[in-house]
Amino acid sequence: MTLTAQKTQTMTMVAAINDALKLALSRDEKVCVFGEDVGVMGGVFRATDGLQAQFGPARVFDTPLAEAGIVGMGVGLGLAGMRPVAEIQFAGFLYPALDQILSHVGRYRHRTRGRFSVPMVVRAPYGGGVHTPEQHADSPEAILAHTPGVKVVIPSTPSDAKGLLLAAIEDPDPVFFFEAIKLYRSVKEEVPEGYFTTPLGKARTVREGDDVTVICYGGMVEVCTKAADAAREHDISVEVIDLRTLVPMDKDAVLASVRKTGRAVIVTEAPRTAGFHSEIAAVIAEEALDSLLAPVVRVTGFDAPYPPFTSVEDTYRPNPARVARAIKSVLDY
Amino acid sequence: MDMLQIIDEGGTLVSPDLLPGDETLLALYRAMRRIRHFDERAVVLHRQGRMGVYPPYGGMEASQAGTTFALTHDDWLLPTYRDTGAALTYGLPIAQVVLYWRTSPHGWAMPEGLKVLPFYIPIATQYPHAVGCALAERMQGRSNVAMAFIGDGGSSEGDFHEALNFAGALSAPCVFILQNNGWAISVPTSAQTKAVNLSKRADGYGIPGVRVDGNDIVAVYHATREAVERARRGEGPTLIETVTYRVKPHTVSDDPGRYRTEDLTKEWLTKDPVVRLRAFLTSRGTWSDEHEAALVQEITDEFEAAVLEADSYGEPTPSEIVDHVFATPTPALSEQRALLLEEYGA
Ligand SMILES: Cc1ncc(C[n+]2csc(CCOP(=O)(O)OP(=O)(O)O)c2C)c(N)n1
Repeated sequence: MTLTAQKTQTMTMVAAINDALKLALSRDEKVCVFGEDVGVMGGVFRATDGLQAQFGPARVFDTPLAEAGIVGMGVGLGLAGMRPVAEIQFAGFLYPALDQILSHVGRYRHRTRGRFSVPMVVRAPYGGGVHTPEQHADSPEAILAHTPGVKVVIPSTPSDAKGLLLAAIEDPDPVFFFEAIKLYRSVKEEVPEGYFTTPLGKARTVREGDDVTVICYGGMVEVCTKAADAAREHDISVEVIDLRTLVPMDKDAVLASVRKTGRAVIVTEAPRTAGFHSEIAAVIAEEALDSLLAPVVRVTGFDAPYPPFTSVEDTYRPNPARVARAIKSVLDY
Repeated sequence: MDMLQIIDEGGTLVSPDLLPGDETLLALYRAMRRIRHFDERAVVLHRQGRMGVYPPYGGMEASQAGTTFALTHDDWLLPTYRDTGAALTYGLPIAQVVLYWRTSPHGWAMPEGLKVLPFYIPIATQYPHAVGCALAERMQGRSNVAMAFIGDGGSSEGDFHEALNFAGALSAPCVFILQNNGWAISVPTSAQTKAVNLSKRADGYGIPGVRVDGNDIVAVYHATREAVERARRGEGPTLIETVTYRVKPHTVSDDPGRYRTEDLTKEWLTKDPVVRLRAFLTSRGTWSDEHEAALVQEITDEFEAAVLEADSYGEPTPSEIVDHVFATPTPALSEQRALLLEEYGA
């Protein structure tokens, strides 16, 4: 973390994101913020609250309701010298923009041999646990991680949200920045004041432990930390790794921890088949097989659309009890 | 006035030659009054914790009931989250709509005999589907039509434009309803698009576009019925813009105070579609306070019975999460279902 200020302030994640956007807009005139309802209203989650009033409607503006238009225009803005920061209202509404994302966003640097690039950030609230209607709780990060040329960042704390967002805006390549809706207001912490960046591609060790490594990111970090704390009471020492960024992924941190503990549990709320968790499992299998004392176990959502049925949502989304069972299973193997 | 109107804001008849018979007028009034009751009660159910997020349509009853009234159950209806009033008018049972907003899986299981699709949550995606439904009817030798709804905001999405173009090029029997209610959450139509008359978008695709006073149910019904008949005759699609206003918040959890003052909303309250038709019917002597009281009683009873019916459906069981993903579950899904049964026993 590159700090220029040491003072801190208690903040929620959504306030930290707002703070980061404010700092980025102040620091660099090329930064502009746009999307559905981000201007006058300040975003449905208030992440852009007050930004239009402070920086004016030329730099912070509402767009028409069209995700392909938002991302496609962002491509043009980025190609032509701006630093676009787009908001997609919910990650489940990224899909209309997939044409732009898969066809163009990540390809420009490659297909112009470095002549042009898209230094865009696309922010999108994602994930469940808050009883939203259909399609508001999707976790589409694997689709993005599978797309060459784009980076994928998913913070789990207010400080990380601020530092990683500022790093994403500074980054010369397109970054998809997923924000767990569940964490927007439920976690508060001391966040360093002023401008700082948290480098992309560096995982964070949330809990140190010796018996098993739990690898997670975003909304699942809270769930896994609870499971780890509960395990401690049974004298099981769990190391919790928060990936922070899926692309680039901090392979070294994952492998070092798995080599130390010999066991790995990977936790995500995305559907089970072909998710990013499978990528992590493959990396462990390829490079740390000799250290494994048990098979790698995945705790995931299901191969079904995320249920809007509120009473079963907690079953779809991994909870501390399910993570605890997985921890036990790799220890009992 | 650049739009079709039959009864004006004051309840005065302005286009006498287009007025339908009393029976139709009374049926239209009943349909509107019924969905207003639903909308008001739904907000209360939400407050009582007996329904989840709900997007109200109060003030837009004419636009929802007048359009759908022109369909039969052989026609397709593709409503959005806000078009529960349209679906109710088409014939979707009240209990079904309550169950949907209670987030019960039963809310999705549309009854046999009704060609209505579950409320669309992603914006504009229903428009191309309507073209497909309409063509399928024609390919199978039937003259049924497909009616899809969208908002002013949704008409900015690519899907809207692609669908209109397809429907025109393929002469699909579609009726596209564009409810211009002034707002897409916080964005007013004036910031959504430079276009002022959204029905003119039809010109770009070579199909007829009609602009109608969306708070005048008689005008809405007239325009829609003509479009449905045109589609049935094989003369292709129509775009109908119903000019109305979202008096209520975007959803029960939205605070319109953040983006609009109450002045405009107050002005629209004077154009209330239910009040308007009631005043007209009363002035003709076809409606009285006694009629109104009897109707309200009937509707109230119907609604309360429907809520009781909805209550009789239990909560979903965990294993229902993975049901109906494929006709035959994949091995992976079968495993996941077994796991759910093992862990939760249902
Ligand atoms: C593809 C997509 N993008 C964004 C949203 C979030 N969203 C829900 S309603 C809404 C505004 C819709 O406005 P409009 O189309 O005018 O319909 P209205 O709500 O006014 O009936 C938005 C942006 C969504 N549901 N789907």
